[in-house]
Amino acid sequence: MSSSSWTQSSKAPGGAGWLSKTAFYVLLVVGALISIFPFYWMFVIATNDRGAVFHIPPLLTIGGEFFNNFQRVLERTDFFQALLNSLFVSSMVTVSVVFFCTLAGYAFAKYEFPFKNALFYFVIATLFVPSQLSVLPTYIIMAKLQWIDTYRALIVPAMVNAFGIFWMRQYAATAVHSELIESGRIDGGGHFRIFWNIAVPVITPAMATLGILNFMNVWNDFFWPLVVLKNSEHFTIQIALQQLFSNRDGLDYGMIMSATFTATLPLLIVFLLFSRWVIAGLTSGAVKS
Amino acid sequence: MAEPVTAARPVSAGKRSFWTEQRRSRLTAYTFISPFFILFAIFGLYPIFFTIYLSFFKWDALGPMTYVGMKNYDLVTSDPLFWTSFTNTLIMGVMGTVPQLIIALLLAVMLNSALTRFKKTFRVLFFMPNITSIVAVTLVFSTLFGNNGMINWLLNGMGVESMAFNSGWWGVKIAISTMVMWRWTGYNAIIFLSGLQSIPLDLYEAARIDGANRRQQLLYITLPLLKPFIVFVTLISTIGALQLFTEPYVYLGQSGTGSTREEGITMVTYLYSEAFRNGFFGTAAATAVMLFIITIIFSMINMWVSNRMEGDTGGGKA
Repeated sequence: MSSSSWTQSSKAPGGAGWLSKTAFYVLLVVGALISIFPFYWMFVIATNDRGAVFHIPPLLTIGGEFFNNFQRVLERTDFFQALLNSLFVSSMVTVSVVFFCTLAGYAFAKYEFPFKNALFYFVIATLFVPSQLSVLPTYIIMAKLQWIDTYRALIVPAMVNAFGIFWMRQYAATAVHSELIESGRIDGGGHFRIFWNIAVPVITPAMATLGILNFMNVWNDFFWPLVVLKNSEHFTIQIALQQLFSNRDGLDYGMIMSATFTATLPLLIVFLLFSRWVIAGLTSGAVKS
Repeated sequence: MAEPVTAARPVSAGKRSFWTEQRRSRLTAYTFISPFFILFAIFGLYPIFFTIYLSFFKWDALGPMTYVGMKNYDLVTSDPLFWTSFTNTLIMGVMGTVPQLIIALLLAVMLNSALTRFKKTFRVLFFMPNITSIVAVTLVFSTLFGNNGMINWLLNGMGVESMAFNSGWWGVKIAISTMVMWRWTGYNAIIFLSGLQSIPLDLYEAARIDGANRRQQLLYITLPLLKPFIVFVTLISTIGALQLFTEPYVYLGQSGTGSTREEGITMVTYLYSEAFRNGFFGTAAATAVMLFIITIIFSMINMWVSNRMEGDTGGGKA
């Protein structure tokens, strides 16, 4: 994959010899292999019989046992129920986060009001507060509301977040031109109508990115669902996976990996389709600070 | 959420003198940002104060609360398991973060180099681990780190004896740190890369004309200009390392009660098991407060070191 490029790197600054070029690519390719290998390995174990995981030398070929392994997943847990639960929770949170964060980000970007900067810095500062500090009281609130073991406990606290506001503000500040808002005012549009009809269509790309990032975050979340969900029919996919692992009657890795692979695949596809956006979003905190 | 405002407007139309355009637009802005502040007040701010309050009480989350003063802090600090969790968190934090940041920086420099092609492909590949859930990462690595797993096979191949990655004091820490590193190295490399790409090329041009060699360019241009990124990544990684929970919880959970095993218990695991397994909300709250103080101390050390670094480079330039 890299060999054809050696001949063409004439743009390289002088002094970079053939040797260092090779070393560069070897290191980068090794790094890339380390990044991908666990995904491939997941699939190898998922498609071979249950003894394959500790085969010596390690088995590296894909087998034909996937459906048998996956059958054992279905015998042990309601895997598709857990997938649906995760899909439901992640979608609800995402819709809400995108709406409220866009609204707030737009207000911070395009409105003038007292304490605007102080409030914005406050939003940013909340990013650095460890969430574990609020776990106990939040749990107690949920218990008081009788929301333990319900999806409300997962959805409501996550409905809007600081990162999303930050992200939407950065985008709206440059993408929404003040003249557009002004002309909307002159046409007699209300504030929300201007937001909805003029601002939102311009900032859709940032909203989509926020949506993807947020969906992935909620999908992958483990700590809070673990604390709040009690009944196995309410488990999200991450809890369901962990439960498979903690079964004591001998670890059936073929079964575990077939479930893990199936749960990881949707996100992997979404990531590969939208990788440019996802990477831009996930690294934006550092780039823009 | 915005509806009440729009609905209120016709009513207030009569008092036009009060509802100036400016007032109305300010109220709209406050309404637009209010959901965050309301939610944060309930699930962020109030819990922080309540956690501090709770740390002075004995409570099982059901019965009445009993004021016990500093006793929870005494109980926690005299519990050897807490100190084990503290040292474990620090050791795994260092093992997982330090090599990770160095490798990430190297990868970023290589990716940024003019002779690297397929930059976009490498970026995507290096980023892939980060989108995987921690549970999935832990499950995959637990197969690699099994007694007869691939890592031990590789070690044997190199003439090194097998390590007990799922029970040894160091074995468990190495396994968990590796999982953390695998998930975050590429992510940090991409952040460093965007930092490197933000450095204007003509700075290097000018330095070359002034006769600066590669090492000098690295020391006096790249590193100082990359500093904000290094500070940010170090800060985020430190905070993340102090909150380590899912990897040890899942990795050591296979034997039932395993997540409080001494080899891998972290401060958050300790907190979790105090509250949700033992029902000691008071000591769990005290642990949370101490975790928060430790987080602040480490962030301040971080800032202090980076400010000193700034002083040094400033002196060097002058």
